[in-house]
Order: sequence, then C-alpha cells, then structure tokens
Amino acid sequence: MNKTSTRVWQSLLAVFCALVALWLVAPSLVVIPLSLSDKPSFAFPPTGWSTRWYSNFFDDPSWLDALTASLKVGLLVVVVATVSGTAAAVALTRSAFRGRQALRAVLLAPMIVPVIVVAIGLYALFLKAQLLGTTFGFVVAHSVLALPFVVIPVTASLQGFDRRLENAAAICGANRWATFRQVTLPLVAPGVLSGALFAFVTSFDEVVMSLFIQSPYLQTLPVKMYASVTRDTDPTIAAAATLILALTTVATLAATLYIARRNRVR
Amino acid sequence: MSVDVSTPGSPSAQGALSAHGASITLKGLTKRYGTATAVDAIDLEARPGEFLTLLGPSGSGKTTTLNMIAGFVDVTSGELLIDDRPVHSLPPHKRNIGMVFQHYALFPHMSVSENVAYPLRQRKVPKAERQALVTEALRTVGLAHLGHRRPQQLSGGQQQRVALARAMVYSPRVLLMDEPLGALDKKLRDSLQLEIKRIHGELGTTFVYVTHDQDEALVLSDRIAVFNDGRIEQVGTAEDLYERPSTLFVAQFLGESSLFHGVATEGADGAGVRALDRTLRAGRGHARAGEPAALVVRPERIRVHPIDGAAADQAGVDQSAPAGNAVRGRVRQEIYLGNSRKLAVEVADGTQVLVRESAGDLSGSRPGDEVWLTFRPEDAAVLPATPSHDNTPTRTAN
Repeated sequence: MNKTSTRVWQSLLAVFCALVALWLVAPSLVVIPLSLSDKPSFAFPPTGWSTRWYSNFFDDPSWLDALTASLKVGLLVVVVATVSGTAAAVALTRSAFRGRQALRAVLLAPMIVPVIVVAIGLYALFLKAQLLGTTFGFVVAHSVLALPFVVIPVTASLQGFDRRLENAAAICGANRWATFRQVTLPLVAPGVLSGALFAFVTSFDEVVMSLFIQSPYLQTLPVKMYASVTRDTDPTIAAAATLILALTTVATLAATLYIARRNRVR
Repeated sequence: MSVDVSTPGSPSAQGALSAHGASITLKGLTKRYGTATAVDAIDLEARPGEFLTLLGPSGSGKTTTLNMIAGFVDVTSGELLIDDRPVHSLPPHKRNIGMVFQHYALFPHMSVSENVAYPLRQRKVPKAERQALVTEALRTVGLAHLGHRRPQQLSGGQQQRVALARAMVYSPRVLLMDEPLGALDKKLRDSLQLEIKRIHGELGTTFVYVTHDQDEALVLSDRIAVFNDGRIEQVGTAEDLYERPSTLFVAQFLGESSLFHGVATEGADGAGVRALDRTLRAGRGHARAGEPAALVVRPERIRVHPIDGAAADQAGVDQSAPAGNAVRGRVRQEIYLGNSRKLAVEVADGTQVLVRESAGDLSGSRPGDEVWLTFRPEDAAVLPATPSHDNTPTRTAN
C-alpha cells in the first residue's frame, strides 16, 4: 500500500472514530442547551437563553433536598462499598478457600441480574423490615449494586501487585495489618480509588431500584427527576441533568489526573 | 508487639550497626508439598557470626530452607532454632531477622531513606535515633547522598545496596540473602561481593547466603553447605569442599573435576578404582569395595608426559609407562586461557579427561599427541558413583 492510500485510510478511521464518539456523547450534551432555554419547553434547539431553570432548581427545596439526599447516600455507599469490596478483593486474590469461585460469582451477580428483579425482591424485604424511604435502606441497596464495581478494579490491582513486597515488609517487622496499610494499600490505591469513584457514580445515577424503595420523604435526585418529567415537564430537569453531568465529569477527570500524576512520579 | 529491639543506645558511636550474631540450628528440617519433598530432613548449623552459604542448583531446596528460616514457608517437620530457641511457630515479623531479596523488594512508594527507616518505624525507634541509624546504614553501603531518591531512580546495584542497608539498619542478629546478586551483571557482582564480605566483617551478624554461583560461594563464605535434591551433600570450608569432596556431586558442582569411572577396590595400600584395565590408587576412599565408583582428580593435579612416538613403538607401550597412577591417552583439544591451558585427553574407554596446565609449566603437548597422564594418589579420591551420574568427565564452569 502506498503512502497516499495509507493517509486516506487513516483519515477515514479518524472520521469514523469521531462519529462513534459523537454518537456516545451527543445525547448527554443536548441537556446543556436545553437547560439554558428561556421557554418552559423541551424545544430543541432553544430559541432564547436564560438561567431561570438553574434558579428554579436552587430555589426549590424539593430539588435541593433530593440533591442532598443523593450526595449523602452516594458518599455513604462509597465508604461501605469500597471498604467491603476491597476486603472481598483481598480475600478473593489471596486465599484459596473452598467456594472462592462461587463467592466471586455472587459478588459480581448484581452486574448481571436485571436490576428490576433485585428491586422487586428488595421492595418486599424492605417493606417487611420497614426500611423503605430510609437512608440506611438506600445505602444498603446501592452498595449491593456498587460492590462489583469496586471488586473488579481492586482485584486487578492486587493481581498486578508484587507480593514479595509483603514478605519484605514482614521481615522488616511489620505485622499483617501494618503491611496491608503501609505497603499493599498505597500501592493498589489507584484501583481502590477508581472503585470508589464507580461506587459513587453507580449510587448517584441509580433510578430503577430507587423508585421502588423511595418515599415522599426521601427521594434521590434521579427519582425526583423521574417524578418531575412525568409531572412538570419543564427544563429544571435539564438543569439538574447538567449539574449531574458536570459533577461526574469533574470527579472522573480529577481521579484520572490524580492517577496519571502518581504514575508519572513513580 | 514483642519485637526484640537490639538497637544500641548511642547511634553515633562507632559501630552503631554491629550486633552479635546468633546461631541457627536446623535439625531434621523437612518441607513437603503434597507428596513432593522440597527439603528432606536436613541437619545444619550456622555458628554465631559465621558467613554460611547454601549452594546448589535450582530446585535443590536451598531457597526453601532459607524461606523456612525467614518464616515465609511453614516447616513440615523437624526443628528450627535461633540461639537455641525454637522459632518455627513465630511469624516472620517477630523473628528479628534481616533479609535481602533477589529482586530487591524495595517499596516503590517510599524514598530510599524511608525504605531504610521502615524496619525502625516498625520497632518504634524514636525519630532522631532513626535518622542517625538510617544515615549510618546508607553511609555503610556508600549511598549517603541518595536518601531522597525513589528506588526506581537508582541502578540495580544501587537498589541492592539500599536493600542491604534496610536489612542491617536494625542490627538483626541474623541476615538472610536470597541470591542478592543474581539480577546484576558480572562486574557489579564482583564489586558487591567484596562489599558484602566487608560489611559482614564489620557487623558481626550471622549471614546465611543462598546462591547457585560457586565462585560467589568461594569468595564470600566461611563455610558452604552444598545442596542437591533436597539434601545436603557436604558442609565445609571452601578448601574442604574443593580439596576433599566427599560426593561426586560436590566434586563436579564445585570447580572442575576429571573422573575415571570403574569399580571401587580396597587394598592394603588404601582405596582405589579398577578402571582402564588397571587399578588407580587414591589417598581417600568413600566408596565400598565392589561398588561402582569414580576416581576424582582436579584437572590441575594431573601431569602430562608426552610420549616420543618412535621410542614408544620400539620399546612397547607399557614399558614406557611411568610408575604410580598412569593412564595413556590422546590429546583431542587444547583451550588457551591466558594464565593456563586446558587439554581434553581421550583415554582408552573413550572418556575425555580434563587437564589444566599453568602457563609456567607446560608439557608442550598438541592435539593428536599421545601422552601419559599421571597423578599422585593423595590428590585423588574414590567416590561412590551416583545412580544418575552423567558420563561427561567435567562440568563446564567459569
């Protein structure tokens, strides 16, 4: 193949990649102009511009309550899922006990089992345990969904970790906990961090299960948005969506930059 | 945590890092993995302050033995004593042992100083004292100026020096080394060997050193334990092992040997081997009469006597034979080595016998020449032939 045709093929590939990227991202980006529309409609493209829907969002206590609830649940899920997911990943990579594969399958099951099925089961259980509409209930439910997203990256990090370093720490006089805290954990931190981030996003984004276990007194942001789109249909929901988009983008970028910088320092 | 802190009081004093070496005693120490036996009931003692090397090919059990001393591998049976105290139930972090690993095993997220300070941190040594000891340890290995660097910014040799500093900074009474120079190139290995030997002299710690490199073992060790197939073949000084090997494996693993295979004999005049239609005499015998055995001589102990072709034909072969141990052969190959010359001489049964002549004392024989090979009985030993011995007379080494 000569040089010119190579260049043609490369340009075609670039165009194709750009199209795929656009296809993936564009629907999300549409909410940004929508949220800045001056009319109470979803007409796209907007005919005029205003920030009234953002004022609406921040002036309405029900929106703010939903945002607060989502942040609170999300952060608690981060703590619960990251700690238990990391512990599970350590157990799965380090010890060869009976039923290890079965445990792994169970831990990863929430990724595969349809959420609606889990949601119905959870609704029945929570109804009996009176956990519907409680922060605790939300945290438990979301943690189940978030767990696989912690287990997978932490397991990958642990598999790439040089276990001889743990022997070195032990011979230096570090007990198992000190070894884990001072040697293992700092070196698998990128995996743990991305697990934590995924856990937060999973919870912050969750709508199906949340619709079942919500109550009028405790709604997360996606639940409130779903209610809003069926009732009010004004662009406040677009403003809310834009805020979520901004928040998750910033979080992801910060984590990516942090990990990249760490790897460069090494 | 009950970690012994044997740190001396004044860190700035001369010899702040020195320690009295502990004794290590292994009695019938055994490690089995399922049905496979990695270490088979070995008995071994490292004396206080000694440099003991575990030498052997890979898979001979030397590293498993070291890992049992360190506590990384559980003991299947037998006893493991440090200073006469059983330690096999103690986890590694309570044994107060220092260790240097083949692949350095430095913590990549800590600076060089933090790496060296790590064992002191575990022992809750106060910060000021910690600083002084770290500086002292880094100075001992010649890296005082690199404390702020990250390990991965250093060369392999420097990283291993850091690992050495980390292993000795808390003055452990036992220091284990698992092929610490295995990943380095030859020149660096040689200079680090001398450094390790110097540090051993300064510290007074008991060193147990694992290697498969016989030269390294000869340079460093007070005593060497030769491992083969999960057992110890022989323990002794380098001279003991080289001059007086008690098994064929040791004779072939350590240095070069020339072998004459045959059947052991026991006469009034001592041990011998019936080989090549004659009885070759040896000063030492470790084989029972009638058993298959080999007579072992170091190549530099064999003398070469050229046979004048015409004279030999006239006089008849055997009449020209020198007295004592003499074997006739033909030079097949000559290898020039500068300070010496190696000859491969083929004898009657087809065996190639290796001879080494020093440059100052050459016989002048060339490939194709007929020669007599002679050696003194006191330079030879009769050793039992191992069932799986190979027929090549020498191990290529150096």
